[in-house]
Amino acid sequence: MSIAVIDYGMGNLRSVCQALAHVAGDTPVVVTSDPERVAAAERVVFPGQGAMPDCMAELEARGLRQAVLDAAARKPFLGICIGLQMLFEHSEEGDVPGLGIFPGQVRRFPAARMVAADGSRLKVPHMGWNQVWQKPHPLWAGIGDGARFYFVHSYCVHPEDPSLVTGTCEYGVPFTCAVGRANIFAVQFHPEKSARDGLQLLKNFVSWQPAG
Amino acid sequence: MLAKRIIPCLDVTAGRVVKGTNFVGLRDAGDPVEIARRYDDQGADEVTFLDITASSDQRDIILHIIEDCARQVFIPLTVGGGVRKVEDVRRLLNAGADKVSINTAAVTNPDLVAEASAKVGSQCIVVAIDAKQVAPGRWHVFTHGGRNDTGLDAVEWARKVESLGAGEILLTSMDRDGTKNGFDLALTRAVADAVQVPVIASGGVGNLDHLADGVSLGRADAVLAASIFHFGEYTVRQAKEHMAARGIEVRL
Repeated sequence: MSIAVIDYGMGNLRSVCQALAHVAGDTPVVVTSDPERVAAAERVVFPGQGAMPDCMAELEARGLRQAVLDAAARKPFLGICIGLQMLFEHSEEGDVPGLGIFPGQVRRFPAARMVAADGSRLKVPHMGWNQVWQKPHPLWAGIGDGARFYFVHSYCVHPEDPSLVTGTCEYGVPFTCAVGRANIFAVQFHPEKSARDGLQLLKNFVSWQPAG
Repeated sequence: MLAKRIIPCLDVTAGRVVKGTNFVGLRDAGDPVEIARRYDDQGADEVTFLDITASSDQRDIILHIIEDCARQVFIPLTVGGGVRKVEDVRRLLNAGADKVSINTAAVTNPDLVAEASAKVGSQCIVVAIDAKQVAPGRWHVFTHGGRNDTGLDAVEWARKVESLGAGEILLTSMDRDGTKNGFDLALTRAVADAVQVPVIASGGVGNLDHLADGVSLGRADAVLAASIFHFGEYTVRQAKEHMAARGIEVRL
């Protein structure tokens, strides 16, 4: 029994691991690029930093694509940041296909609409603490609606199926910041950097028993 | 709505947090990890460690502090001071930093900013700019604690490092640093308006109105302060409540 954090060479996974270890009790947290260890894990965390084309390329190069697809098909699975974006069909960033688990696109914040209520210009990337509005899901247990999480991103997911949306946020435009279906939950923000509420979300994930 | 951030800054040397004015008369302010935890509890949005250790043989001390801190504090950690090579950036990130701040080395070797951001992503690279006014409405980039004028225009330099891949700019007024007279708001505004990436205002905070002014008048995305928090004058929470009362969106 372990929690596998998939390492495909993109970015620093230490924060994710430390935060998971903090809430996982005796369950070991392993950082791995070995498909067999991913297959053997009880739960899988799929992080991602940087640019999606690089992330997809590294995932392929390390032979991890199938391991991710298999995990996403049957185990409690948590995508974070680019790990959310890669679940979709296609990204505008570098015009690359994603894993296509969910129908929909990844698009940049629309430059023309990046204006705050007071008329000032909103900067991209969207960096900092923003409010997340929930749709009912077990992973929000113990977290207030509108709680703030830490974001760093320039692209957002646009799911075709509105029933996938488990959380929304607003930055110039409303956007989807959390999705869920069956055993998969994925978020645009960084729970590992989001203080108490982020740890609560990870804690909910490590004990989550998805129905079916 | 996106909150404006408050970032306590910890100057660290030989494993301790210190605070002085312009590197003179350093006062011991305590254990870095303990202090970082306290700020996290108070609602700090990030914590910045600045390694002011002079000798290179003590550089590894900061790595242990970051490792300890990353196990206990779950908000973004930025580390700066003495970063010269991509390898330095990597070591700090591997120790548990989320962002690394590059100051003098960005001036002497701008390629470092491009190289580091290409390797680890712009979101991890902060460029620190120490600026001093040289004429009304004009500021130059200084190094070596404000002693060395590089001749670079601070606003132009901010644009330049953004184009090289800086994900954020930490802007310190060397005229104001340590004075408690408030940020250089004209400088802050000039830089914040010139770039797309977030700007953190630094240098000169003496009271809570200064923090609010940095955002509302200086248009900074985040404000950084050290001494007003270290010696218990104000808590981070008091600072946020004050900013909220002035109509600024904060995470409470």
